[in-house]
Amino acid sequence: MRPQPKVLTFLTILSVLLFLAALGMVFLFAPIEAVMGYVQKIFYFHISNAWVGMLGFLVAATSGVIYLVKKDLKWDIVEFSAVEISLVFFLIAIVSGSIWAKPTWGTYWTWDARLTTAAILEMIYLAYLLLRQGIDDPERRARFSAVYTLIGAVSVPITFLSIRIWQTIHPVVIGLGSSDAQGSFGMTTSMLITMFFCLITFSVVFITLLWYRIRLGQLSEQVDQLKYKIMQ
Amino acid sequence: MIPYAISIKYMLTGFIAIFLIIAIYLVSLFVRWRRLKRDFQDLEEMENQQ
Repeated sequence: MRPQPKVLTFLTILSVLLFLAALGMVFLFAPIEAVMGYVQKIFYFHISNAWVGMLGFLVAATSGVIYLVKKDLKWDIVEFSAVEISLVFFLIAIVSGSIWAKPTWGTYWTWDARLTTAAILEMIYLAYLLLRQGIDDPERRARFSAVYTLIGAVSVPITFLSIRIWQTIHPVVIGLGSSDAQGSFGMTTSMLITMFFCLITFSVVFITLLWYRIRLGQLSEQVDQLKYKIMQ
Repeated sequence: MIPYAISIKYMLTGFIAIFLIIAIYLVSLFVRWRRLKRDFQDLEEMENQQ
């Protein structure tokens, strides 16, 4: 069992400080939006969680490719860890988005292109976790997972681009969205600064959590190896 | 325009949900780590006794 690296301790402290600063920016620096009022403040964390969730799924796919090339099980741990954390962040994006939608759209959920693709994305990776558990052989499991994350990653750009391709009520923050979009607002400079600060914060939080989750995966592997050694 | 009270209510609900999900995940990470660490130490002891 390896001791915690100093860089990880530094990243942990940095994550907490950035998270507190992000909260400060959202509540004290960013202005209150004229039409939606306070509920618009959810947007900063909603978009950051969605970003980190999608980033993680791509990290998982990349790790999957590296595993398929190198056949090194450590990349399977990275891939699995990235999926688990991304599922949590993406769930936050879906839940926070639904709560924001209720006063803005008048409903928590609608089978709109963005919401549907986001729900499918979450379910694809939820199924990944369940299917993985059903395979005992580590190498077969890793091979299956690598291919699965690679195919699953196709749904990431589809979800991201859904509000730009199809008619949807989901607003687009940067760039042109659908004419049916509801809940759009003009971004002021301080709103933009807050949004990018939150994006950076959650990216750092993601890296920190990923590192912790990888360490957990490594420890689990060490425990399995010890069990096997003792049983022989 | 969304009424002030409703806007505040949904904002608070949103942030509570966000913090709750993060907290549950952090606790799950901590619990799993502690359990594995204990297992590892027990197994190491068993190995040394052998």
